[in-house]
Amino acid sequence: MSTAALTADTSSPVPLLELRGISKEFPGVKALDDVSFAVFPGEVHMLLGENGAGKSSLMKVLCGAYRADAGEFYHEGEKVAINSTADAQKLGIAVIFQEFSLVPHLDIAQNIFLGREPKGRIPGTIDRRKILADATRVLGMIGFEIDPSTIVDKLGVAQQQMVEIAKAISQNARILVMDEPSAALSDRETELLFALIARLKADGVSIVYISHRMAEVFALGDRITVLRDGRRIDGVRPADVTPDQLVRMMVGRNVDMTYPRNFADEPGEVLLEVKGLSASTGISDINIEVRRGEIVGLCGLVGSGRSEVARAIFGADPVSAGEIIFDGKAMSGEPDLAARRGIALIPESRKSEGLALLRSVGDNLVVSALRKLFPSGLFDQRRAQRTSEGLIRQLRIATPGARQIVGLLSGGNQQKVVIGKWLAAGSKLFIFDEPTRGIDVGAKSEIFALIDRLVAEGAAALMISSEQVEICHVCDRAYVMREGRIAGHLARSELTEENIVRLGMHHA
Amino acid sequence: MTDISKDAIAPPRSFLSQDAIQAFYRLLAALLICAVLAVLSDSFLSLGNILNVLRQASLTFFIASGLTLVVLTAGLDLSVGANVALSACIAGTVIHKTGSPALGILTGLACGGIVGLLNGIMVTALRIPSFIATYGMLWVLNGLTYWYMAGETLHGFPAGFRQIGSGYLFGLPIPVYLLLVFLGIGTLFAQRTIWGQEIYAIGANPVAARLSGIPVARRLLLVYAVSGTMAGLASIIFLSRLNSAEADIGESLTLPAIAAVLIGGTSLFGGVGTVFGTFIGALILTLVLNGMNLLSVSANWQPLVTGIIVILAVWLDMKTRRRAQ
Repeated sequence: MSTAALTADTSSPVPLLELRGISKEFPGVKALDDVSFAVFPGEVHMLLGENGAGKSSLMKVLCGAYRADAGEFYHEGEKVAINSTADAQKLGIAVIFQEFSLVPHLDIAQNIFLGREPKGRIPGTIDRRKILADATRVLGMIGFEIDPSTIVDKLGVAQQQMVEIAKAISQNARILVMDEPSAALSDRETELLFALIARLKADGVSIVYISHRMAEVFALGDRITVLRDGRRIDGVRPADVTPDQLVRMMVGRNVDMTYPRNFADEPGEVLLEVKGLSASTGISDINIEVRRGEIVGLCGLVGSGRSEVARAIFGADPVSAGEIIFDGKAMSGEPDLAARRGIALIPESRKSEGLALLRSVGDNLVVSALRKLFPSGLFDQRRAQRTSEGLIRQLRIATPGARQIVGLLSGGNQQKVVIGKWLAAGSKLFIFDEPTRGIDVGAKSEIFALIDRLVAEGAAALMISSEQVEICHVCDRAYVMREGRIAGHLARSELTEENIVRLGMHHA
Repeated sequence: MTDISKDAIAPPRSFLSQDAIQAFYRLLAALLICAVLAVLSDSFLSLGNILNVLRQASLTFFIASGLTLVVLTAGLDLSVGANVALSACIAGTVIHKTGSPALGILTGLACGGIVGLLNGIMVTALRIPSFIATYGMLWVLNGLTYWYMAGETLHGFPAGFRQIGSGYLFGLPIPVYLLLVFLGIGTLFAQRTIWGQEIYAIGANPVAARLSGIPVARRLLLVYAVSGTMAGLASIIFLSRLNSAEADIGESLTLPAIAAVLIGGTSLFGGVGTVFGTFIGALILTLVLNGMNLLSVSANWQPLVTGIIVILAVWLDMKTRRRAQ
């Protein structure tokens, strides 16, 4: 708790924004408990903490979406109040959430100046020429070269993020709060983002950067604040800590970051065989084999077709050519067939594709196992309840009970529910698409331990991940994709980050 | 990403499900209306009037119960009224031509079911939003019925057939028995079968439902077919009760059925609601209309009152749900 010491060695002693003793309580939970931290001009301030540590609440207090119950704000040394989003905007605070707030069918320029469009001569119209010129100027400021009349819907995630940043800059933002901005980006896109952050820094913009990735914390951060259970644990400089120390601060206990696995000497029989698979979603001639007892990685850049392979195998997208042989029999059809045969898909976006967020934990846990649990077709609430309670215990899902709305659980626990529904269904092949995205360190190792146990018991796993470290630690072997094709295969002994990157890189 | 209620901090929810609580409030509201009407009007509590209310509510309920399943999947079936009209006219013709009520009933149910299936095909195979598909179907059915009937009226059906809509058994109107039977079947289907569970899951998140291995298209086909078949059933009751059929009988049926579903607490966004709630919704709707008749309030006021009740019911629902979450 050494804010004073930190302030002393900073070139600019007056913080751009300082929070003192911020508390925020919700019924039954103290989301923020006496949190203080300061952001200095032109610094990148990393905000670290597990899910539920209070990062989101702090962010929402900063942007005026929540009103703090207690505490004070100082802007360049002067006491200010943040009671509304308008207050925050006046102080130059802009927040870029993980879910962007862009209007998909409007163009870039309209999105940047949404609600502040330059008026045309006829009342009610927009001055098209001015809005495009203004947008071009703002985009130029962040070095993003694109036609501002492009419809946002047509942009990739990285480009949409750029539009969000441009929007914030156009509002004269001095403090940019970014929530895991690199989570959905490829390595190349992340590099561009980092370059942009350096540029903003040089212009004196301060960045509050929430991250789950240790590497970028050290690559980018000028200062690190760690939160746990709503409290500020410490504020440190990257030079003064090791990753292990940071993890200990975040979880309050030692966590093994190496995800130990019991590698089987001899994999079992072939469970999945994909031969020459092509689909209109942009994948072609995919050949993959997964044996029982194996965790097989599927890597490559974001957009290289990894999720499309997963979806094609599961029957979620139509296949245009090739064969899928599962458990010795050819398979083609909709996801309900794949699920019945014993394939499980744990999709990348668990909130929109994995769960019915407003339904209960129990409802979500049994949804894929209805046919198995109730072969007569008659649903028995008590039996369903018992099954879900068993899974809640087995997977150590932190929930007050099976009746809790699943949307209220943390990311890690939601992910456990998605996995749990396939355990209930008795699946044999688990296809994980970015299983640890947005999940805190503690839950990550729990999920890997779970996958390890599953394959040890004779199941198999195909795992897509952008975290190459995870692939290297966890997988028996891996396929690397590039531009919709399998670019190469790496056996256990060849499985290194360098090899994955080398195979996955574009040669353009 | 981060949720405030990470660990077991949210208060445990009551042992009654949200659906049960909503249904209880609705039942309370219906009883309250009864109490008020009993005080205001001497004739309300007469046996004849109560049976009359139930019989009227039953017709709305038949249409609305099938519709409830559609709405649970976040869909809408705007063609139910037009479907009743076509099915009634076709069933009536069959009875006239063959003299067999049984054949007529089967034809009416089949006609309703086929129309529902066509709706389902438009929604699943052609991916037309249900609102638009069934709105188009409404016009197509109206067109077919008007062309088929060519301004004629069918009337005069066998006495046995007329018993279905206007007969009594042990002192209760036969439609009231049918109402209880279908209320039971509908509730069992929605709450106690895996298809019912899957329908709720589809309504709550169709993408997640499909990726959880639920055959979404087949379930939607089923749901629209059921909705159509229930319209077919309503057409038989209608035909039997009125002892006549015209092309325009469906025009005043769709909107009250939607009102019953909404007053009954089923969310247009899908995944939330019960068939029992829809029964109470139909009952409340009928009670209010009955009360206005008894109190000699002009029928011109009825749509206005219905509208206010729908808005009020949905608003109260949203309020209690938001508090529950």
